[in-house]
Amino acid sequence: MQKRWENKFKMEKSYIITVKNLSAGYSSRESNNIVFEKANFSIAKGEFVGVLGPNGAGKTTLFKLLLGILKPISGEISILGEKCKSSNCQTNCKIGYVPQRHTFNSESMIEALEIVRLGINGRKMGFSLPATSRKEKEEALEMLKIVGAKELAHRPLSALSGGELQRIFLAQALVGNPDILFLDEPLASLDIRRENEFVKLIKKTAEQRNITVLLIAHNINPLLPVLNKVIYVANARVLVGDASEVFTSKFLTKLYNSPVEVLRDSYGRIAIIGAEEGGHHHDHDHDHAHE
Amino acid sequence: MATITTTTMIMPMNNTMFSFNIFSDLKTMLQYDFMLHAFQAGTIVAIVAGIIGYFIVLRRSSFAAHALSHVGFTGAAGAVLIGINPIFGLFLFTMSGGVLIGILGRKAESRDVQIGTVLAFMLGLGVLFISLYRGYATEAYSLLFGEILGISSSNVLITLIAGIIIAVALACFYRPLLFVSLDEDVAEAKGLSIFWIGILFMLLIAAATSIAVQVVGVLLIFSLMVTPAAIAERLASKPTHGLIISVLIAVMSTWLGLFISFYLPYPVSFFITAIVFLIYILVRLIPYIRNLAFQKHYQKQI
Repeated sequence: MQKRWENKFKMEKSYIITVKNLSAGYSSRESNNIVFEKANFSIAKGEFVGVLGPNGAGKTTLFKLLLGILKPISGEISILGEKCKSSNCQTNCKIGYVPQRHTFNSESMIEALEIVRLGINGRKMGFSLPATSRKEKEEALEMLKIVGAKELAHRPLSALSGGELQRIFLAQALVGNPDILFLDEPLASLDIRRENEFVKLIKKTAEQRNITVLLIAHNINPLLPVLNKVIYVANARVLVGDASEVFTSKFLTKLYNSPVEVLRDSYGRIAIIGAEEGGHHHDHDHDHAHE
Repeated sequence: MATITTTTMIMPMNNTMFSFNIFSDLKTMLQYDFMLHAFQAGTIVAIVAGIIGYFIVLRRSSFAAHALSHVGFTGAAGAVLIGINPIFGLFLFTMSGGVLIGILGRKAESRDVQIGTVLAFMLGLGVLFISLYRGYATEAYSLLFGEILGISSSNVLITLIAGIIIAVALACFYRPLLFVSLDEDVAEAKGLSIFWIGILFMLLIAAATSIAVQVVGVLLIFSLMVTPAAIAERLASKPTHGLIISVLIAVMSTWLGLFISFYLPYPVSFFITAIVFLIYILVRLIPYIRNLAFQKHYQKQI
């Protein structure tokens, strides 16, 4: 553990994720589609990054590229100092991932603790020895305590609400002591109060453990107090900046290539109002397809 | 499967009567070689089917198991046609069918259409093989409904070896397989190959199906590979408990089925399927009964 922290300290100043000229796309029956082109950004250790943008802009695609599940059509990704080529690379063990939806049976009687344990031992071959098994169980319980879900440990997955499940998944992602967290819309199934609570929880845990967080969200507002950086994916482009830089009428108008207005209320909360956003977006995609 | 010529699905008439002394009954029963082999092969198959069945249910791949058993039927029919041991045809076809299904449908949840297409083609081929074969139809019959009372000692040995290989492979891949079965996307993000684990799992189902066909036949494969596991999934909150329950139900039903069939002139596979189905229904009734009791309790309080 001590060594781990020392290593982390050495890497302090360097970038943990670097993306160069990254383009993503896929080929379908009608045409070749570009999701986004020439993305360039770097993320430093310990940063809390919000990934925002309209539906279908490629936020989840970006995560899958970073995880090595999808292959880019061009460009380079390096994570934790290693060039990432496929999802088998060792760096993936140091990434905690919470996908948008989980595939388990909604009637599953499997208890929450077992799902968290898979975060520790899911890749290992064979059965664990009784001593290791006990240690894993303790670690998983400890993590459930940290995310405030200790009382859910022995409840079946089918009996948990959306918000409770999010805590379980967060615990699963955190339990392997990751350096980076990828959270895909973790706030989607939460009410407003829980949204704020959950963001605070992620921020607190990430700070304590020096974890870099990338979080996809639809609504910027619950994230505003904690964000260091925003990755905005829209209109086949990926732009990066501070929240104050990105969420301005000028910046977003340029990005969308159509008039967008950013309003702020007295609390600093943001509302984005766009004219003909969908139409322009589509046209642009189409242009790229023929290039 | 090798001694396919004397298909005795139904117990030969015997004069022994049920004596209410289970131990002496069992002793009488196991004096017969065919009964001893049936118990040996049945137990091995039930253990393997119980284990792999639990993963089949977790992955919701029961259609794949069903399809592979039918693909195996075609293979066995083909083997009979060219005059070799049907178990080899069964192995070959279920294995290649498993790989084909694994390649066509990468994700477990979206496989049923691909399985359907492979299944339809294979059954068509099976029909052709049977029509070409000029022997007795009893062979096809025994493949469809199992032939547990016609198992030779060499078949018990083949079953044992195959069973050990499957069980060891499952034990090695237990956690990655569990991870992929329960939480596919996260497992993939952690660097596990969904594709290769999927193929491996299909191969294991294929192998397990091949040996289980001897006991319950192609048509009744679910009775050992899916129903006990479905019961276990309803009852267990930990995967290890689920595996144990699944195996116990499969083994107990096989034993009980064999035991009953010794005294009654009806097929063993019927008894096995009936027993597991009965347990399944009982387990499904538990939540309703519990709810009813809760309602009564609540109404009394007001």
